[in-house]
Amino acid sequence: MLEIKNLHATVGGKGILKGLNLTIGAGEVHAIMGPNGSGKSTLSYVLSGREGYDVTEGEVIYQGRNLLEMAPEERAGAGVFLAFQYPVEIPGVPNTTFLREAVNAVRKYRNEPTLDPMAFMKVLRGKIKELGVSDDLIKRPVNVGFSGGEKKRNEILQMALLNPALAILDETDSGLDIDALKTVADGVNTLRAPDRSVLIITHYQRLLDYIVPDHVHVLAHGRIARSGGKELAQELEKTGYAGFTGEAA
Amino acid sequence: MSESTATADILDRFGPGAAMAGTPALPWLERLRAGARQRVAATGLPTPKLESWKYTNLRPLEKLIFGPQAQERISIDRLPSLLPQGQSAQRLVFVNGLFRPDLSTRTALPDGVRAGSLAEALAEGNGGELSDLLGQIAGSGEGQAMLDLNTAMMTDGFLLHIGAGVRLELPIEVIYLGAAPREPQAFHPRSLIVMEENSRAIVVEHHDGIGDGAYFANHGCEVRVGKGAELRHYKVQAEAEDAIHLANLHVEVHAKGVYDNFILTRGARLSRNEVSVRLTAPGAECHLNGVYMLRGDQHCDNTTTIEHLAPETASREVFKGVLDERARGVFQGKIVVHPKAQRSDGHQLSKALLLSDSAEIDAKPELEIYADDVKCSHGATAGDMDREALFYLRARGIPEETARHMLIEAFLSDTINSLAAEGLCPALMSSVGHWLSDAATGGEL
Repeated sequence: MLEIKNLHATVGGKGILKGLNLTIGAGEVHAIMGPNGSGKSTLSYVLSGREGYDVTEGEVIYQGRNLLEMAPEERAGAGVFLAFQYPVEIPGVPNTTFLREAVNAVRKYRNEPTLDPMAFMKVLRGKIKELGVSDDLIKRPVNVGFSGGEKKRNEILQMALLNPALAILDETDSGLDIDALKTVADGVNTLRAPDRSVLIITHYQRLLDYIVPDHVHVLAHGRIARSGGKELAQELEKTGYAGFTGEAA
Repeated sequence: MSESTATADILDRFGPGAAMAGTPALPWLERLRAGARQRVAATGLPTPKLESWKYTNLRPLEKLIFGPQAQERISIDRLPSLLPQGQSAQRLVFVNGLFRPDLSTRTALPDGVRAGSLAEALAEGNGGELSDLLGQIAGSGEGQAMLDLNTAMMTDGFLLHIGAGVRLELPIEVIYLGAAPREPQAFHPRSLIVMEENSRAIVVEHHDGIGDGAYFANHGCEVRVGKGAELRHYKVQAEAEDAIHLANLHVEVHAKGVYDNFILTRGARLSRNEVSVRLTAPGAECHLNGVYMLRGDQHCDNTTTIEHLAPETASREVFKGVLDERARGVFQGKIVVHPKAQRSDGHQLSKALLLSDSAEIDAKPELEIYADDVKCSHGATAGDMDREALFYLRARGIPEETARHMLIEAFLSDTINSLAAEGLCPALMSSVGHWLSDAATGGEL
C-alpha cells in the first residue's frame, strides 16, 4: 500500500524528517507514536502534499505510484485521506456543499458517476446516522463554530464519505472526550478491510485501546527509532518517551 | 482635462446639444441645465487633486473622441436579464441612454404606479410635478461635477413613481445597454424614483454592453423614499470591457423609510459609484452593500456618504471586493452624524480579497460625529486567499481551481445572501459565477 524510503523533509529550511523508513501493507493498521517535535505532523503533511514541506531526499510509493509527484487533490482522488489535527474553518461554505463537492471530485477521479444533490443527501443521511453525527453539523458552514469534538467528528464523516484506501489520522484523539473518541474509533474500525490501511499518528496510547493496531512505531528525531506490536504502545504508556528524547547519535 | 481648455469645450466634447429628445422647452428645465452647465464649466472635470477623487483618475476619459449618436447602427439580438421572463412587473430598456419602447415589456401596473421614460413624462406635460424633484433631491452643491455634467447633458432615463400605500411585489427591471459600433459614444441617463408614503418596490438595474467599443455612461439618479416607504434598489454593472461607467446616486429617506441598495460591479475598465444618502427624519434607515470583482487593469471606486440628520436613524454598509491581476479597488465611505441625530447607529465595513501581488485596494473609512449618544463603527480589511482553507479543500479531492472559486464565492456570499429581496440572490450569485468562469476561459490567467 505505502512504502516510505529514507524520507528527509524540511520545513522552513529546518530538517525535520531524517531518513524515515516505513512500509504499510494492505489491510494493516499502523500507529506512529512519539514525543512532541519528533516529526509526526510533518509526516502527515508530507504524505498529503501540503505546501511548505520540502522533501530533500527519499521517496514515497503509494500503490505503485510516486506519491510525492501528485497534487493534494490527486492524492485524495487516489484514496489518501488525512484527518487533520486542526480542521480548518471555512465561513461561507455550507458543510453539505463542501462534502458533496469532495465526494463528487473523488468519484470523478475514480471514474464513478457523480451524485446529484438528492442522491448525495441520501448517502450523507445514511453516514450521519451510522456515525451518530448531529444533523446540525451538516447545515453549518464548514467547521465554523464547531467544538473540538465536532470538528473531529466532521473529519471522520468526511473519511467515511470519501472511502479512502489509506487513512492517516493526525492526532485525531487530542482533546476528545470519551464519546467523541468512540465515534472516531468506530469510524475507523468500520473502514478496516483487507484492501484498506490506516496510519494513526498519536501522542497517547488511549485511542489504541479502541483501534487496535497491527504495528506500533516510535518516531524520534525524524526517524523510526523502534517498531513493535500493539504491546509497544502499552509499554510506552508506562515508560513514556524518556528513552527517545535524548539527542540522537 | 488641461486647464487651458476653454470651458465650453468641456461640455461640447460629450456629444451633441443638450436638448432632451422630443421634450418641450421647459423654462425650469432650461434653468436647471444652465446652472449645472455653468458649474461644471467653471470647475472642469474632477482630478485627483480633489480629496474625493484622490484614487480615481478620469484621464482615460480624455482620450476618447466621442462621435454622434449611433443608435441606428446597434443591433440587439438578446437582452441580458437577471430575471426570468414574467418575473418583473415591467422591463424598461435603454440603449445608449435612450428609451427603447420596442425592446421594453410594459405590462399593466396597479393604480398609482408610473414606470417609464423620463423624457416621455416630460413630453407629456408632467413638467410641473417633476420640477420639484429633478435636480432638487441631489441639490446643487459643490463638488458634483459629474452630476452637473449629467444634468447639463441628460437625454433620458427611467422614471418610477409609486403612489402612497402601493406595494409592488415583482421588481421593476431596468436594462441599460451601451454600444459603440464605430466611434466612442457618450450618454448621460438621468433617472428618478419617488416612493410615496408606505409604498414598497424593488428596482433591479442591469448595465451591460454590446460589442467591445468604448463608451462613456454617466448616470445620474435621484431617489426619494417617503415616510414608511421601502425601496430595494439593486444594480449589476457588467459594462463592456472598454467602457467607462460613472454613476451618481442621491437618496433622501424620510421617517421610518428604508432604502436598501446593492451594487455588483464586474464590468467596465473604469467605474465609480458615488452614493449619497440623507437620513432626514427619525427612524430612517439605509443599507448600502456592494461587491466588486475586478481583473486586468480594471478600476472600480465606490464612494459613499451617509448623513444622519435626525435622531434614531440607522445605516449599515458592507462592501467586498475580489481583485486579481493589476486591478484596483477604491472604497471611500463617509458617515456623518449631525448634532441632532442622537441615538443613531451607523456601521461600515470594507473587505478586499487580493488574488495577485499587483492588485490594489485603497480603503478610506471616515466617521464624522457631532452627536454624543451614537453607536458607530467602521472597519477595513485586505488579505489574500486563505492558504489553509485552500489546502483543506484540495486535500479532500477538490481541484485547486474549483477550491479557489468556492472560497471566492464564500467570501462574497454573505453580503449577497443578506439582501432583503432574497429572491434575487441566486441571480446575483450566478453573476459572481460568470465572473469566475470568465477567468477560466480568459487568456490572462
